[in-house]
Amino acid sequence: MVFGRSSRGQRPIEPVTLKILVAGGFGVGKTTLVGAVSEIKPLRTEEVLTEAGRPVDDVAGVEGKTTTTVAMDFGRITLRDDLVLYLFGTPGQDRFWFLWDELAQGALGAVVLADTRRLEDSFAAVDYFERRDIPFAVAVNCFEDAIRFPAETVRTALDLDPEVPLLMCDARTRESVKDVLVAVVEHAMIRARQQREPAVTT
Amino acid sequence: MSQAGDDPKHWFDGDAGPVVRPYAMTRGRTSTATRHRLDLIAIVIPASAAGDPAGDRTLSPEHVEIVELCRASPQSIAELAAGLDLPVGVVRVFVGDLVESELVHVTRPVPPAELPDVNILREVINGLRAL
Repeated sequence: MVFGRSSRGQRPIEPVTLKILVAGGFGVGKTTLVGAVSEIKPLRTEEVLTEAGRPVDDVAGVEGKTTTTVAMDFGRITLRDDLVLYLFGTPGQDRFWFLWDELAQGALGAVVLADTRRLEDSFAAVDYFERRDIPFAVAVNCFEDAIRFPAETVRTALDLDPEVPLLMCDARTRESVKDVLVAVVEHAMIRARQQREPAVTT
Repeated sequence: MSQAGDDPKHWFDGDAGPVVRPYAMTRGRTSTATRHRLDLIAIVIPASAAGDPAGDRTLSPEHVEIVELCRASPQSIAELAAGLDLPVGVVRVFVGDLVESELVHVTRPVPPAELPDVNILREVINGLRAL
């Protein structure tokens, strides 16, 4: 932890903490994305997918993945001594949806990480954030062996509103993930401004 | 779980899961009298009056550990849960106890349905770009 711990025993600075959620289907790279920008190794609870999980967890197209995150994993970015951003990966499987409500409380925004090979896995997340009015951006994780689609095709397939940012990204790369997070926060800022200055209805 | 996970009938030691049920540590309590629910990113800060929690007989070892961890550096509920290897719900109970006995206080994150200030968002963007 690097929260400014004062040297002379004064009260430590109380940082403002914010969180961004990272959602998406099973095996899409949420933990990788969190790890690419976190200053700590993502803290996580991962369990090896065993026989017990196999009939339930559909790994078609992502057979290379041997573990799945069944609890939330999170990372931390200390932007300043008094400003800390947490990234929470949401549980990958739909049956853990009930954890989302707790995670979503007070979230500044969200990233929906999508894989074009299994775009339908992103529907639940897109739908969830739209309904709860949480600003989100869609980031298409460009897997090496996946066919690249034009952004507009993905946008149409996911039926996104025109103002929702859509980016191509590489969840392993820090710079790429930074761009995604900036897009989310910019989108959240535009939304916040709109809500503060309600548009004149004609 | 380690390699033993290949055969679910052969889980040993830690692989078999906790021997003690998580909420046994909190004497079965799943919540405390604290008014608001502690958010995952609420930061726990030891009170200056916390003194020496290890000498306090009313506290469990987990309480003491939380105060000491936070004294080393204030941390969030989520980090405490990961650091202590305890479920978040259990950590919430312990921290709630410590708030009640005024040994720690917790920061309140932005309340739900209330967007953070535009200026804070701008600072977040600048901070991310500068990473």
